Amino acid sequence: MLFGMLEIQRSLVDSIVAHARADHPDEACGVIAGSIGSDRPERLIPMVNAVRCPTLYEFDSMDLLHLYREMDDRDEVPVVIYHSHPATQAYPSRTDITQASEPDAHYVVVSIRETGPAEGPFEFRSFRIVDGEVTEEQISILE
Amino acid sequence: MSIEVRIPTILRPYTSGEKLVRAQGVTLEEVLNDLEVNYPGIGERIIDENGLRRFINIYVNDEDVRFLAGLQSVLGENDSITILPAVAGG
Repeated sequence: MLFGMLEIQRSLVDSIVAHARADHPDEACGVIAGSIGSDRPERLIPMVNAVRCPTLYEFDSMDLLHLYREMDDRDEVPVVIYHSHPATQAYPSRTDITQASEPDAHYVVVSIRETGPAEGPFEFRSFRIVDGEVTEEQISILE
Repeated sequence: MSIEVRIPTILRPYTSGEKLVRAQGVTLEEVLNDLEVNYPGIGERIIDENGLRRFINIYVNDEDVRFLAGLQSVLGENDSITILPAVAGG
């Protein structure tokens, strides 16, 4: 069952997929910041996957501090936190669920398992992850 | 000594929603213990039996305490502490 909704611009979806392909075979990760309370993803910030791994991601701790300072200064929050699954389905892994730390964020998982770094079909799904509970959401793409 | 501590969203249920609180201590460990006294339950979300939890980052000003003296890091009058959970997954 789907609750909630992520509304996101097509250009942001395209940028996330492009980032996933560029970082293949490692996981790509990043956030889309938006104004506090708006629930509207606006500013894409691709992050470095500090562990450079096909099955894990983690923001570098100093990058994380600078990211949150910058969002604070701009009255933004991480509306979307995204990462890629280069070889598996676009569904949160057990690690994704235990480590999810932003109850108000939309967790986007993009899978490029069919094509790898090449153009072609991808899976793009969004979830809430709160207290270990995963709830998938509908996605409305704004042209 | 009273130190300013920035609380991340996920721990704000313990601080009645407050983003910025103050706690007493000369070392980071003392500050965290004082946080636990005032906001019961918050401590075990930050430290476990091995010390600072793997997926919690704490910064004194602009320094990750893992590159300082960890929980034994000594604080100064105007230092501020930021707690941020890692953004990580698989």
